[in-house]
Amino acid sequence: MRKMLTIAAALATAFTATAHAEETLTGTLKKIKDSGTVVVGVRDASQPFSYLVGNKYVGYSVDLCNQLTDQLQKTLKLKSLDVVYQPVTSSTRIPLMQNGTIDLECGSTTNSMERQKAVAFGVNMFWVDVRMAVKKNSGITSLTDLNGKAVVTTTGTTSDRYIKQNEKGKSLDVKNLYGKDHDESFLMMETGRASAFVMDDVLLYGKIAASKSPADFAVVGETLSSEPYGIMLRKDDAQFKKFVDDSLIKIYKSDEINKIYAKWFTTPIPPKGINMNMPMSNKLKDAFAHPTDKGV
Amino acid sequence: MTSLHLDWGILFEESPTGDGPYWQLLLTGLKWTLATAMSGWLIAVAVGAVVGVIRTVPSRWLSLLGDAYVEVFRNIPFLVQLFFWFFVLPELLPEAAGSWMKQSMPRPEFFTAAVGLGLFTAARVAEQVKSGIQSLPRGQRNAGLAMGLTLTQTYRYVILPMAFRIVIPPLTSEFMNTFKNSAVALAIGLTELTFQMKQMVEYSNQVIITILATTVLYMVLAMAVNRLMAWIEHKSRVPGLIAGGGK
Repeated sequence: MRKMLTIAAALATAFTATAHAEETLTGTLKKIKDSGTVVVGVRDASQPFSYLVGNKYVGYSVDLCNQLTDQLQKTLKLKSLDVVYQPVTSSTRIPLMQNGTIDLECGSTTNSMERQKAVAFGVNMFWVDVRMAVKKNSGITSLTDLNGKAVVTTTGTTSDRYIKQNEKGKSLDVKNLYGKDHDESFLMMETGRASAFVMDDVLLYGKIAASKSPADFAVVGETLSSEPYGIMLRKDDAQFKKFVDDSLIKIYKSDEINKIYAKWFTTPIPPKGINMNMPMSNKLKDAFAHPTDKGV
Repeated sequence: MTSLHLDWGILFEESPTGDGPYWQLLLTGLKWTLATAMSGWLIAVAVGAVVGVIRTVPSRWLSLLGDAYVEVFRNIPFLVQLFFWFFVLPELLPEAAGSWMKQSMPRPEFFTAAVGLGLFTAARVAEQVKSGIQSLPRGQRNAGLAMGLTLTQTYRYVILPMAFRIVIPPLTSEFMNTFKNSAVALAIGLTELTFQMKQMVEYSNQVIITILATTVLYMVLAMAVNRLMAWIEHKSRVPGLIAGGGK
C-alpha cells in the first residue's frame, strides 16, 4: 500500500512536472510542439554543408540539424516530428527566418555581428577562410596578380566587401562581377569571364570537386578574412537558442562531431564520390573545445 | 509577434560596400535599370517594327521569317534567353570572338542585358505592329496600290502612319514591361535596381523599407512611361485619321 502511494505520488509529480514544462514552452519550441512540424532551411548548392543529391538534402550542416531534430523530438516527447526542408538562398534566408517560414537554417551562413541584429545563431559550427579559386594555368597566386582583371563573387554574401576593402587598401584595379549563386559565379570563372572567384574556401573546394575537371583549378592567395559559420535561429527566442546550443555542445564534446566532420571533409562525398581532403583546422578544433556564438 | 521596425534613416546611412549611403546604392540601380530598359526599348521598337511589317507583306518567305522570329523569342523564357547570350553564345563563337565577348567587351552584363531585352521585347512589339496593320480595312492597301503607289509607298504613306498610331496604347504596356523585365538581368550580375535592392536587404537587414523604396522607384518609372506615351499619343493625333479622331 505504501509502495502504491509512493508510485502515485511519483506519478502525480511527474504529471505536474510535464504539465509545468508544457506551460512554459514559448516561441519556436511551442510552435514545433503544437504543430508537430519543424521547418529547416537548406541550400540547393552549398557543398558540402547543405546541398541536393537526387531529391534529398545532405551535408555537414544538414547532419548537424538532423541530430538537432532527433533531439527535438525526444525533448518535446513527440510521437512523430515532421521535418520539412525548405530551400533558401543567400538573399532569402534572413527574411524567411524573420517571417517565421523556417525555424532553423542549416546551410553555410556566416555568423556576423550585423546579422545578429536580425537573427540569432547557435554556437559556431565551422570556421572558413575567404580566399580565391583560379584556373591553375592562369598563373595567379596572390591578390596583387589580380590587377586589371575581373573578379567574381556571389551576390548577397559577405565576400564582396573584402574585395572592395582590399581593392582600396592595395590600390588594385579590379572589376567586380556578380553571380546570382555559387554555381553561376564558378561558371563565370570557369568560362573565363572572371579570373578569380572570391568566396569561403570550403565552398570553393566543393565547387572544384564538383566541376568537370577538378585538376584544372586551385584555391590560392591570401586569407582575406576568417569567418565562423552558424546554424541560424530566430532572434529573441532564449528557450530555443538554449536548446540548440546545449544540443550542439553535447555533439561537440562527444566523438559524434569527428564522425560527422570526417564524413563530409575527409572521405568521398556524393554525388561524384570526390574527397575534399580538408583536415580539421586548429581554429575549428578550438571552436569545438570552447563553443561560442560570437560573430565577426 | 515582433513589431515592425521602420527606420527611414537607414537610407542615409553609409553602406558597408563602400559605395556611399544606401540611397546612392538604389540610385545606381535606378540608373542601370533606366539605361537597360531604354536601350532595350529602342532596339525592341526598331527590330519589332521591321519584323511586324514583314509578317504582313505578300512574300511567303519574309512572313515565314518574321513568324519564326516571333515564335522563337516569345516562347523561350527571358531568363533562359539571357543565359544563352551571356554563357552559351561566347562558347559557340570562334575562340577570339568568344574571349573578346567575355573579357574585352566593355560592360558585358549591360550590353548583354540591353540587347537580350531588346530582342525579346521586339517579338512582342512585332506582334502588336502586325495586329495594328491587320486591323486596317483591306481596302486601304488595295486603294493605295490601285492609285499606282508601289508596295513600299503604300506602307510608307497609307498603312504605317495609321497602324503605328493604333498600336501606341498597347505599346505603352510593352514599354512599361521593359522596365519590369530588366530586373531579370540581375541574374547575369547587372547591378540594376532589383540587384541593389537585394544587396541593401543583405547589408542593412531593413527588408520592408528597402522593398518599399524600390517599389516607389519602379512605380515612378512606370508612371513616367505611361505619361510619356500618352503625350506621344496626343501629339501624333491627326483629326479624321483612324484612331486619331475626337477626344
